[in-house]
Amino acid sequence: MTHLRLDRVTAYYGHLQALQELSLEVDQGEILAVIGANGAGKSTLLSLISGEQAPREGRVFFDDIDITSLAPHQRVRKGIALVPEGRHLFGTLSVEDNLRSGASTRRRGTWDLDAVYELFPFIAARRKHRAAVLSGGEQQAVAIGRALMSNPSLLLLDEVSLGLAPVIIRDLYAALQRITAEGTTLLVVEQNITEALAAANYAICLLEGRVVLEGKPDTLSQRAISQAYFGHDLGPSSKAAS
Amino acid sequence: MIWLNAVVQGLLLGGLYAIFACGLSLMFGVMRLVNLAHGDIGVLAAYFSIILIEHLGGNPLWTFAAVVPVAALVGYFLQRFLFDRALDGGELSPLLVTFGLSIVIENLLQQTFGANDQSLNIGALSYQSWKIATDVYVGRLNVIIFVIAVIVIVGLQLFLSKTRTGLALRATADNRRAASLSGINPKRTRSIATAIALATVAIGGLFLAMRTSFAPTSGSSDLLFAFEAVIIGGLGNLWGTLIGGIALGIAQTVGSQINAADGILIGDLVFLAILAFRPQGLVGLKSEVAR
Ligand SMILES: Nc1ncnc2c1ncn2[C@@H]1O[C@H](COP(=O)(O)OP(=O)(O)OP(=O)(O)O)[C@@H](O)[C@H]1O
Ligand SMILES: [Mg+2]
Repeated sequence: MTHLRLDRVTAYYGHLQALQELSLEVDQGEILAVIGANGAGKSTLLSLISGEQAPREGRVFFDDIDITSLAPHQRVRKGIALVPEGRHLFGTLSVEDNLRSGASTRRRGTWDLDAVYELFPFIAARRKHRAAVLSGGEQQAVAIGRALMSNPSLLLLDEVSLGLAPVIIRDLYAALQRITAEGTTLLVVEQNITEALAAANYAICLLEGRVVLEGKPDTLSQRAISQAYFGHDLGPSSKAAS
Repeated sequence: MIWLNAVVQGLLLGGLYAIFACGLSLMFGVMRLVNLAHGDIGVLAAYFSIILIEHLGGNPLWTFAAVVPVAALVGYFLQRFLFDRALDGGELSPLLVTFGLSIVIENLLQQTFGANDQSLNIGALSYQSWKIATDVYVGRLNVIIFVIAVIVIVGLQLFLSKTRTGLALRATADNRRAASLSGINPKRTRSIATAIALATVAIGGLFLAMRTSFAPTSGSSDLLFAFEAVIIGGLGNLWGTLIGGIALGIAQTVGSQINAADGILIGDLVFLAILAFRPQGLVGLKSEVAR
């Protein structure tokens, strides 16, 4: 069954078209990497899935149910959680309250406080601290943990590795592997393509709001990727999507 | 002794200001909305109590049980059907809408009850007092108001820190976007905040009406004092609001002791001084460990 399906969605900011008739399917348990340069439309794509923005045209389906008109909190209840770009923690709240607030929908599943602390042992020691005083890596772990607390079946991650040291990025991606082992579907948006492609079993590359390259990561050549990424004369190995 | 007396009376008065202020502060924190009708709603609650006593009789104290739940209910739906729409309309519309509501309430009260002063007569309680030192007497009602104020603030603090709904309110106050991404229903959260705000300001309105006389336009000065208490104490901090209310109360009573007509002016000056020299308020927490 298709877990998530976008059917020819478009999105605009004023006159600027950020997504152009984009279609997408993600199966249960898949790890999809969405890559693309600055301003390619990656975050906009996620906002249509998380419900922060409604597409101007097209529909969004989740488990074959049309969720296009649902608000973000209603989609969390259905099992879609977003770790937003820039983390957006509750800076004045403690780490533990940040995590707890992720559980406000009371969806059942494997994730609770203990499981999150086990996944990220280094934030357990900081549970009483205000989230604002944590390091970047700790904050990112809390942001992922908060999303997990809603026991999502689809987890959306926007630029998880942005501004973090390589060792920390490796730890976070190792944690993502453990999350998918629980059956969670992942959609990973990255500019740091190495990590994302290594983790994913399918990848799409966005350019100016459309899919310009897609396929299993190991079938995509470096050259095709960099051409799709930067948009210079698209080579023969890339196929423009629908 | 007259100074001690002034400080004690100011402290007690500050409790009342804190009751008025906590709802204003909560609504501002959760939705960045300054409710300019806040004081008028307190006065409206007092008139509601007067109507109840006229028709049903008894000591006004019982009307708390009716007025406060009604205020909470009204708050819930006022948010849903008026304030939420105003919030969607940009920066200015919440101010315009709540200012309009303030005018509507004042005019409605003028029309219905006239401009005369009224008060809620609670019998002997209004003049009984305790002697706590030579020449220092505290009115029983004032002590009761202060104790209730502390209970309201402590209760609200516990509610915010210990319950799921309280967590949702704090999260929404901190980051609205992240709150809805965490599955918190923003409409419901805002409605609960306004329900609490109206319930508390109704308590304040009734106490004020028992303490002094009031008129349809009394709401504006109540709003001003509440606003000053919030700023003096520090935004987004209930203990701060209590401290702010007390500081304002003491400034006013000590000011009146210096010169009978200057009490409120001195309160305003303290408020301005805080705004100028300590804009984060008296209780501006900045510790590593979360509250
Ligand atoms: N709030 C906004 N208002 C106006 N234009 C916007 C807004 N958000 C995004 N855009 C524009 O829409 C386009 C797509 O932006 P989006 O944020 O989706 O890109 P992105 O791929 O996530 O980029 P980045 O890698 O920098 O995060 C860009 O041209 C961007 O400038
Ligand atoms: Mg982005």
